[in-house]
Amino acid sequence: MSARNAELLTAGVIFVLLLIAPPLLEALGLGYMTGLLMKAMLLAIAALSLDLIVGQGGMISLGHSAFVGLGAYSLAIGLESGIDNILALMVIALVVSGLFALVTGALALRTSGIYFLMITLAFGQMAYFTLTSLAGYGGDDGLTLWSLATLFGSKVVQNSGQLYFVILGVLLATWWLLHRITHARFGRVLRGARDNAERAEVMGFSVFRYRLTAYVIAGMIASIAGLLTAQQNEFVSPSLATWQHSGDLLVILVIGGIGSRNGTILGAFFIVIVQELLGAILPEWRLIYGPLLVLVVLFAKGGLNTLLTPGQGRRAA
Amino acid sequence: MSFTLLLIQCLNGLQYGTMLFLIAAGLTLVFGVMGFINLAHGVLYMVGAYLAFAFLNLTGNFWIAALLAMVAALVFGLALEHFVFRHLYTRNHLDQVLATFGIIIFLNELAKVLFGAATLSIPVPALLDGSIPLTPELNYPVYRLAIIGVGLLVAALLYGIVSHTRVGMLVRAGATTPEMVNALGVNIERLFMIVFGVGAMLAGFAGVIAAPIFAIEPGMGDNILIVAFVVIIIGGIGSIRGAFVAALLVGLIDTLGRSLATEMTGFVFSPSMSNQIGPALASMLIYILMAAILIFRPQGLLPAKGTA
Amino acid sequence: MSVLDIQNLSKSFGAVRVSQNVSLSVEAKKCHALIGPNGAGKTTLIHQISGVLTPDAGRIRLDGQDITAFPMWRRAQAGLGRTFQISSTLASFSVLENVALAAQAKAGSSMRFFGRAAAETGLNRKASDILARVGLADRAGILAADLSHGERRLLELGIALAGGPKFLLLDEPMAGLGRVESERLTDILADLRREIPMLLVEHDMDAIFRLADAVTVLVDGVVVARGTPDEVRNDPAARAAYLGEDFE
Repeated sequence: MSARNAELLTAGVIFVLLLIAPPLLEALGLGYMTGLLMKAMLLAIAALSLDLIVGQGGMISLGHSAFVGLGAYSLAIGLESGIDNILALMVIALVVSGLFALVTGALALRTSGIYFLMITLAFGQMAYFTLTSLAGYGGDDGLTLWSLATLFGSKVVQNSGQLYFVILGVLLATWWLLHRITHARFGRVLRGARDNAERAEVMGFSVFRYRLTAYVIAGMIASIAGLLTAQQNEFVSPSLATWQHSGDLLVILVIGGIGSRNGTILGAFFIVIVQELLGAILPEWRLIYGPLLVLVVLFAKGGLNTLLTPGQGRRAA
Repeated sequence: MSFTLLLIQCLNGLQYGTMLFLIAAGLTLVFGVMGFINLAHGVLYMVGAYLAFAFLNLTGNFWIAALLAMVAALVFGLALEHFVFRHLYTRNHLDQVLATFGIIIFLNELAKVLFGAATLSIPVPALLDGSIPLTPELNYPVYRLAIIGVGLLVAALLYGIVSHTRVGMLVRAGATTPEMVNALGVNIERLFMIVFGVGAMLAGFAGVIAAPIFAIEPGMGDNILIVAFVVIIIGGIGSIRGAFVAALLVGLIDTLGRSLATEMTGFVFSPSMSNQIGPALASMLIYILMAAILIFRPQGLLPAKGTA
Repeated sequence: MSVLDIQNLSKSFGAVRVSQNVSLSVEAKKCHALIGPNGAGKTTLIHQISGVLTPDAGRIRLDGQDITAFPMWRRAQAGLGRTFQISSTLASFSVLENVALAAQAKAGSSMRFFGRAAAETGLNRKASDILARVGLADRAGILAADLSHGERRLLELGIALAGGPKFLLLDEPMAGLGRVESERLTDILADLRREIPMLLVEHDMDAIFRLADAVTVLVDGVVVARGTPDEVRNDPAARAAYLGEDFE
C-alpha cells in the first residue's frame, strides 16, 4: 500500500469514528464526552492550519492563536451588532483575520528564521492585549454570548442542534482543502522554499509571495476554528489568543508529527485526553505535562505519526 | 496633563526600560551568540522574584536575600543549561521552542504549588524607602530612582565587558560570525555556559529588584518576555547597545502611551469612544513601533554586525 | 547582440573595492570564462549578476532587458539560470521533483491550489528529458539528499536548465569533481554551449580551454586581461596574476 493510500485510509477511519462517536458515547452513557471531542476537533482545525505554515512552509509561528481569538471575537462582536447568520459572521471572521494576516505576515516575512518566530509572537500578543482592552466587550473577563449564531434562523449550528456535526464537517473540509493545497503546485513551491529558500528563489519563485499567501490562508482557517469555539463555549475571552495557546498548537503538531495531517488530528485528541486525564487525577497536572514536553523533544522525534506509518519521515508531505 | 505628571511618567518609563534592558540583554546575547531561542528566559525573572521573597522570609534582610537570590538564580540558570538547553543548541528552532515552553509551564505551575496563586509582595528595603523631592511639587520614590541607577550601571558594565575584554570579543564575534569563533579553537561550550549564566543572572536580578514594587505571581515573566523580544527586534539581535536604546525607548513609549493615549484620542474622538480606543491604542504602541522598525530598518536600530 | 551585457559594474564593502568598473558581455552561442586568483572578486561579481548583491553602480542587461534592480526570482523569470558553487538542491525532494519544480516556475502560474503537481505529465516529461540530458535518468526516483557529490553537481545543472534559461551562470561547476566526472560534465556543457550562452567561472583550465570562446581575467576586482584562451594564456598581466601556477 502506498503512503498516499495509507494516509487516505487512516483519515477515513478517523472520520468514520468521529461520525459514529456521538450516538456510541450516548449509548455508553458517556454523552458528556462529545463536548471534549468537539474541543479536540476545534483544536485540530487550528493546528491543521498552523501546519501549513510550520510543516509545509518551515516557518515557526508563535502567534497563531491571535487568529483564533479574532475569529471568536468576530462572532461575538457581530452578534452584539445584530448579525446572527453564521455564514455572514464567517465572512467577517475571514476578512478580519485575512487582513490581519496580510499585514502582520508581510512584516514578519521581511526577515526570516529566528525573527519570524519573535515577530509573530509579538503581533499575536498585540492582538491579545487589544482584545483585553475592548471594555465594551468584556475586556479581560470576556463576554458571555446570550444569543448565538444561526443558519438562516435555524439552530442547527448551535449546541442544542447539530454543532458537533457542523464542526466535524468543517474539520473534514479543512483536512481536504489542506491536503489538496499541499499536493498542488502551490504546496510544492512552499515545500521547496522550506527545503532551500534561495534555491526556490533562483528557480524563479517569489518565496515571499508564496509564504505570505500560506500565512493568510492559515490565519483565515484558524479564525473559523475560533468562531466555532466561541459558538460552542457560548462565551469568548481573550485567553483564546494567549501565546500559551499558540504554544499548545505547536505542541499538537510536534506530538502528531510535523507535516502529517492525520497525526495532527490525533495530536489534538491526545492533548485533550492527556490534559483531561492528568487534570482529573492531579490538579497540578502541568508539573507533569511540562517535563513531558521536554522529554518528548529530547527523546521522541517524529511524533504519533511515525507510529501510524512506519518509515514515513518527519517532514512528509 | 501637568509637567510634573509628565516628568513622573518619564521616570517611570525609564525605570521600566532599565528593567526591560536587564532581561533583554541576556536574551539578545543568547540569541546572538548561540542562535538559541530561549522562551524560558522570562521565567528566570519570575524565579528571581520568588527567590528574593523566599530568602527575605528566611533571613529577614533584603540585601542578604537579594545577594542569595542572585547567586541562586545563577546556579539555577546553569543547571537548566547543563541538564536541558545544552542538548538543544544543535536542534532546530521548533524543538527549542517546545522544550523551553515545557519549562515555562512547569516552573509557572511549580511557583503556584509552592507559593500559591495569589500575588505576593515584599517591602521596599528601609535604606531606599521614602521619596525625595525632584521639584517643589514632585516627590519621587528613591527605590525607583535606584533601579534606574543600577540599570545604567549594569548597562555600562556590560558594554565595557563586551567591547573591551577577551570574552566580550568572543561574544561579539559569536554574534556576527559563529564559524570564526569555532575556527579560533575557543571552547564554545564554555563560552555558551558563561553567556547563558550571565543572562540568567541578569534576568534573575531584574526579578529581585522588581519584587518590592511589582506583584510577584506565577506567570509574571511571560508577558515581559514578549516585550523583551520586541526590544531585541527593535535594537537588533545580539547587540547590547541596541538592546539598551530599544529598552529605554520601549519603556518610555509604553508608559507615556498608557497615560496619554486616552487624552490624545480625546482630541479626535468623543470621550466615550476615546475611552475605548485610547487603551487599545496604548497597548499597541510598542508593536506599532516594532512594525515601523521592520519596515524601515529591518536589521534593527543598532545591529550587532560590525559594531559592539 | 549580447545576451548578457554588463557595463561598468562597481561594488565596495567599506573601503574595499571588490568590483571596479567591470564590463563584460557574452554573445549568443558563446561560452565566456571568468578566471582569476582566489579573492579576485569573481564570487562578488557572480552575486551581483545573480541578484544576491546589488551593485553600487553600473548596469546589467539580459537579452536587452535591464535586470540590475531585479530580485533573484525575477532574474530567473527573465531567463537567467544559475548553478551554485556549493551544490544547492532540495534535499527532501526526489531528483525528478527538483527538476520538475524548476520547470514549474516557467510553466504558467504556480498559485494553483488544486490538482496534483506531481501528476502533471507536462512537467514530469520535461524533467525526465532534462535528467536524460545531464545523465541522471536512472536516479530520477531517489532523494536529492542521497545523491553523490558528483551527481548533485549534475542535478544543479539540470535544475538550471529546467527553467528554460536564455543564459547560464555557472559558478565553479567542476568544484570537487574527480577527473572522470569533470570530463563528463565538460562533455555535457560542450554540447550545451551552442544552444545557451554561458558565463563560466572555473579553476579547471582543461575545461576552460575546451569550452570557452573568450576569457576574462579578474584581479582585485579589476579586469586585467581579456581575449581568446590562447591570447590570455600568453598575456603577461594574466600570467603575473597567476604567477605561473597551473597555467599551462
